[in-house]
Amino acid sequence: MKTHMFFLGKQGIRMLLLLVCVSIAAFFLVSVSPVDPLQANVGQAALGSMSPEQIEKLEAYWGVGEPPVQRFLAWASDFFRGDMGISLLYRRPVSGVIAEKFANSIWLLAIAWVVSGVLGFCLGALSGMKQGTWIDRLVKGYSLLIASTPAFWLALVLLMVFAVWLKILPVGLSVPIGMEAAGVTLADRVRHAILPALTLSITGVSNIALHTREKMIDICESDYVLFARARGESNWSIFKNHGFRNAILPALTLQFASISEIFGGSVLVEEIFSYPGLGQAAVTAGIGSDVPLLLGITVISAAIVFGGNLIANILYGLVDPRIRRGGGSL
Amino acid sequence: MESGKNTRKVILDIENLSVSFSQYDKGFAKADLDVIRDLNVTVHEGEMVAVVGSSGSGKSLLAHGILGILPYNARLGGRMLYEGEELTRKRQEALRGNEIVLVPQSVAFLDPLMKIGPQIRKGKKDAAAREKLDRIFEGYHLKKEVQELYPFELSGGMNRRVLVSTAMMGNPRLVIADEPTPGLHMKMVRRVMEHFREMADRGAGVLLITHDLEQALEVADRVAVFYAGTTVEDADVKDFIKEETLRHPYSRALWRALPQNGFRFIGGTQPYVKDMPKGCPFGPRCDRYCEACQGEIPYRKLRGGKVRCLYAQ
Repeated sequence: MKTHMFFLGKQGIRMLLLLVCVSIAAFFLVSVSPVDPLQANVGQAALGSMSPEQIEKLEAYWGVGEPPVQRFLAWASDFFRGDMGISLLYRRPVSGVIAEKFANSIWLLAIAWVVSGVLGFCLGALSGMKQGTWIDRLVKGYSLLIASTPAFWLALVLLMVFAVWLKILPVGLSVPIGMEAAGVTLADRVRHAILPALTLSITGVSNIALHTREKMIDICESDYVLFARARGESNWSIFKNHGFRNAILPALTLQFASISEIFGGSVLVEEIFSYPGLGQAAVTAGIGSDVPLLLGITVISAAIVFGGNLIANILYGLVDPRIRRGGGSL
Repeated sequence: MESGKNTRKVILDIENLSVSFSQYDKGFAKADLDVIRDLNVTVHEGEMVAVVGSSGSGKSLLAHGILGILPYNARLGGRMLYEGEELTRKRQEALRGNEIVLVPQSVAFLDPLMKIGPQIRKGKKDAAAREKLDRIFEGYHLKKEVQELYPFELSGGMNRRVLVSTAMMGNPRLVIADEPTPGLHMKMVRRVMEHFREMADRGAGVLLITHDLEQALEVADRVAVFYAGTTVEDADVKDFIKEETLRHPYSRALWRALPQNGFRFIGGTQPYVKDMPKGCPFGPRCDRYCEACQGEIPYRKLRGGKVRCLYAQ
């Protein structure tokens, strides 16, 4: 128990350090880029029509002349108190914008994550058990093809096939155009999420399938599977008793660690489907020089990705008896 | 004794077994590696037969061949009879794990992530399987809690008994023990061997595959001496008391290499599969090697045993 607390404490400190480093790096990049907060906030035209006094006032409000370190510390101390600042583009608190976008994205990400994980594991396991057969070649070929296919290209292809030619799914957005928010049904939302989720699922499969396949081949060549065969266990029994057990752990770890990839993929995919999620907000914030929103999204994304890796680490300790019972340090 | 043994039923009869692997040589030329060429061994009911050969002589492949778990690129030749009938693939699949059981070398042959109990029961959860395992564990003085352990948690002493227990889950008629005591000291070896002796005394045939002649002589009834993929001699354990009663020069060399017989060894090494000499594989290391030894050498009966040598008398 004590070692577990120690482990969690250590991980907490690591997460804190990571977030500090990420925010410093992001802040540094933004501060060296030619961003004009005033222009982002009030717009080019309005800025031109303002008097020098008004501009000076606004500059003081946004802290334009201050040195970067001071600005960062001001932002960080507010952030720690839970105030993520005001978005320059949305003119609302950053936390509110992120919460809204995240709510849109999370379903997309969760579905893509689960589907790609389950499908990838099943395909990889099947392919590894049937090494050298046509099933194996098919799965391997598919995985390699998908692995070398850019997500945005796949998104465009799906868009063209299902939305433009077949016209069975909407082209973009998360709800139908020109409909009152109250009139939007769950079915509408699901229909709009299908294509982006499908794109992310398809691209997510290859990684996990290829890794599971390799692992399964190793397992099939192991001494314990040889012995299981010698004891008369059937292929199915070997998969049920030994294959699944030994392959699921690395697969889970990989899948949790790959949250970052799905997250990264969602930025492009949401952009293509105009899906108002976190990824699209990040792009908008970047292009529109919305520094508070960009920093907020960066820190939150880093926290989620770190969380995924942390869960992978903890799972290892929970699932693998050699670590759980062996008393080895996590 | 001799006549009594012959009236016993033959459980396993292997005649001129060969195992070869097809593999790709340089470029795309396919080459056949004959790892086992002429293996003959017979196991009777209640008898313990040791197949003794040095490492790399292809002993483990014998076990895998009988069980039908050779890799896909292996080819079997010769004849295997189990209880008088051809041991076909179908029969192997039906019998292995039940009538024909393997006891492996170490716990590395157990799934590291599966608890001992369920693993020995092959995942079965029914009352009959549970009860049977409980009884087996009692017989080997293993506590019931051991079933809840993972392989890595077993102590050295438990390891062997757990591995032997896996064999008892079926109704073994033929027990194949593949190097069951690697790196154990003699006291431990004796204890493990007692378990196999017990199985033999209950009527099963035990095929002990080992590189350790001394250990084989302690427990086995008969010894098949295996050299470079070929059985060169089949002798009663009593024949190993004196050098003169042995038939093949390699068996005699093995005998002389035993500590109590002077620890003397002969020059040369066992030939590698790829540069196997024609005829007698032991030829190049034998002082009576001549032209005739390079031809076909029959496996013939001699003084109650068998030998594959032209000069043995």
